[in-house]
Amino acid sequence: MEEMILTVDTQLACKPSDYRSDVKPVWCPGCGDYHVLMAFTRAFAQLAVPAEQIAVISGIGCSSRIPAYTNCYGFHGVHGRSLALASGLKVTRPDLTVVVASGDGDGYSIGGNHFLHACRRNIDMTYVVMDNRVYGMTKGQPSPTTEPDFDTAISPGGTGLSPFHPLVNALASGANFIARCFAGEPNETAAILVEAIRHPGFSFVEILSPCVTYRPDQKAWKDLVHPAPVGATNDPAKAARRIMTDDGFNIGILYRGERRPYQPKFGRQSLDPSELEQEFEI
Amino acid sequence: MSKTPGAPTVSTLADLFGAAYQIEIDAVERYKILADQMEIHNNPEMVDVFRDLARAEGIHAEEIRRQAGAIDVVEHGRRVGKWTKGESPEEADLGAAHYMMTPWHALQMALAGEKRALAFFTHIVETAKDQKVIKMAAEFVEEETEHVNLVHRLLRKYPVPPESWPQDPDPPVSQE
Repeated sequence: MEEMILTVDTQLACKPSDYRSDVKPVWCPGCGDYHVLMAFTRAFAQLAVPAEQIAVISGIGCSSRIPAYTNCYGFHGVHGRSLALASGLKVTRPDLTVVVASGDGDGYSIGGNHFLHACRRNIDMTYVVMDNRVYGMTKGQPSPTTEPDFDTAISPGGTGLSPFHPLVNALASGANFIARCFAGEPNETAAILVEAIRHPGFSFVEILSPCVTYRPDQKAWKDLVHPAPVGATNDPAKAARRIMTDDGFNIGILYRGERRPYQPKFGRQSLDPSELEQEFEI
Repeated sequence: MSKTPGAPTVSTLADLFGAAYQIEIDAVERYKILADQMEIHNNPEMVDVFRDLARAEGIHAEEIRRQAGAIDVVEHGRRVGKWTKGESPEEADLGAAHYMMTPWHALQMALAGEKRALAFFTHIVETAKDQKVIKMAAEFVEEETEHVNLVHRLLRKYPVPPESWPQDPDPPVSQE
């Protein structure tokens, strides 16, 4: 029997499973991030980019574990600094497909400043934020996107603070592609990721990814999400109006900008590592 | 029966076999993922249940390959077996998983999947033009009906768990 199952598996070559590593995810069963991983691998397979030409960069948090679960090059970096790292990588290796993974805490709080400037710089990479409106890995503290009345042990009665609006900030800061997805729809998410990766410049994809452990109320998201009623616009003013007034569950590509991506021209094509080392010699 | 949203278009016998094969392969992969989750979260009973379900779907996939004869079901499955909306019918809902889930929950997942597959093949029987496709799809309807009945029979062995099933004596708690 086992032999037969293995035969079936072997014939799945060049499929999304080719982009998955042997490392078993440790996310809680029911977590939206499993679906996001699935969307990543489906998108990569659809793009047919070899795994060694993709770099998945992340910071810290549940969502940031994702590089280890792919077969691509990966860097599980410092809290909130994934975009800085990815920017450096992309400008020096423009041939790579760079995808950055983050969560709402890592991306909008600790890495909030990098987020704004990455949008502004418009380097050709894709930033995926798995937003569950809570710090899951550190056990349920409110994040920048948490609702003001979300009651936790650390914030009795809620924080009372207006949530950060990532899409509006991305648009205002210059992101060239903005989309919102729902983790529970991995095929639709994969299709949007494909477009985000193909679109030149900085693409920002916010994925609503439920935390079933600290935000079990988010299981209801699957009934709240709905496709965006109109297609993407390239007009920032129209996009701003739509994003500012939507209900937060509008799924789809909301903005496709036409700014030219930033790619610095280096005076020298390569640098011998020994030259760099000399600078640090004591 | 209404069309399953995002379903692949089935026009030929090869399309039908490809789609049927892909449905089973997708189910194998999904149950393996769930088995891995349960292994990581130390629910050994559910590891066995999901591995058994993966094995059963693997057998179905092999049966379809055998029935398809000279048709390359792997190739056709790749070509036509993509679901543009939602997921493949027998892919269990990952969002419904829980680290303390029981065999009853897994069988509910399986039942939902078999019913979705049944609806898919029934729609083909009702709408296909090619008589060969209709005849084969009708056979798949029979098989899926049998799978639905089988899950119902298995469910008799596993009664509905008490409401306290998700209660963890050492639960994850919000940090204070």
